[in-house]
Amino acid sequence: MKTVDTRGLSCPEPVLLVRKAIMEGEYPFVVLVDDATPYENIRRYATNNGHKFEVVEEDGEYKFTFTE
Amino acid sequence: MVDERLLVGYDSSDDAAVYIASEEIAIIQTLDFFPPVVDDPYDFGRIAAANAISDVYAMGATPKIALNLLCFSNCLSLAVVRKILEGGADKCMEAGAIIAGGHSIEDEEVKYGLSVMGLCHPDKIRRNDTPRHGDVLVLTKPLGTGALSTGAKVDLIEPESERLMVETMARLNKNACEASLELDVSASTDITGFGLMGHASEMAGNDNQTTLVFESQLIPLLPQAIEMATDGILPAGAYRNRHFIGDRASFASDVPLEISDLVFDPQTSGGLLLAMREEDVEPYRDAMRALGEEAWRVGRVLPWEGAPIKVI
Repeated sequence: MKTVDTRGLSCPEPVLLVRKAIMEGEYPFVVLVDDATPYENIRRYATNNGHKFEVVEEDGEYKFTFTE
Repeated sequence: MVDERLLVGYDSSDDAAVYIASEEIAIIQTLDFFPPVVDDPYDFGRIAAANAISDVYAMGATPKIALNLLCFSNCLSLAVVRKILEGGADKCMEAGAIIAGGHSIEDEEVKYGLSVMGLCHPDKIRRNDTPRHGDVLVLTKPLGTGALSTGAKVDLIEPESERLMVETMARLNKNACEASLELDVSASTDITGFGLMGHASEMAGNDNQTTLVFESQLIPLLPQAIEMATDGILPAGAYRNRHFIGDRASFASDVPLEISDLVFDPQTSGGLLLAMREEDVEPYRDAMRALGEEAWRVGRVLPWEGAPIKVI
């Protein structure tokens, strides 16, 4: 599965990488996030634009899985 | 050391230090500086100066003397440094303040700002935490500079939105202050890094006597601010502010998330938030319009309703 690794990047780069992956349309794909700000920003972008995802948190890192 | 003539000092969250020099004169002293928020060095200089001087206007005072604070890296051209200082100088001239010197040091990243001294009659000093129940809350600049600056970094905003953002940040709070000087303003602050909610929280105070009620539909926003918030282009400071305020601000369930995000958006050189009598609001707005600016009625000061801030 394709993985978009945004760890270490600061906003707005992570959300832009997610937008790019969505536009490329290769579902499912995983997004790795290591900070609360990109987590919140990606969640807002995806929810408001009708994209389906699941997210799990582990030790302050987040793993989004986008399905469509 | 205690000096009872230091009226407003470090222990309050007010905007600047206030020292009572005599029965007629209070000295307001403030400073602020930061790294570039826009690419153009002249605009950066204007914005940094408007932001630094703003504390003086928030307290109802008149800026008199300013000192430049500049950090610059060796790789920065002198032409860029000159542009930054020109921007600052032009804003100080517009404010009627004299730049009387300053200090510069080498640093890895450029930073610019000013220390500003203003004067005021001791009886006329405006505090940020004394809003009167029944007063109307008026805001003098639209919100969204944090979100738009974040979007501008990656070319997500239109040139016209960016221009408006820059002009909004570079505008002095001079007219906003002076147009209100004859009015009975009960509390005044400027909206900067803590966002509207952060500065409103300071205004409401900690004594559980006062609730500031904001009407979300009345809050003015810069063009494309909603779009940035909807698309998750928000700076870390917006989330930090929300976390810091926590349950001091309560939101009605029908307030859209993007509006509730933008009221936490950190502002650079934001407007004044003034608490004034109902009958003064329209005359004040008319006076601002006559000066080519706008002011928006955004809420009201009420007796305690369970939280320092309510957004409906």
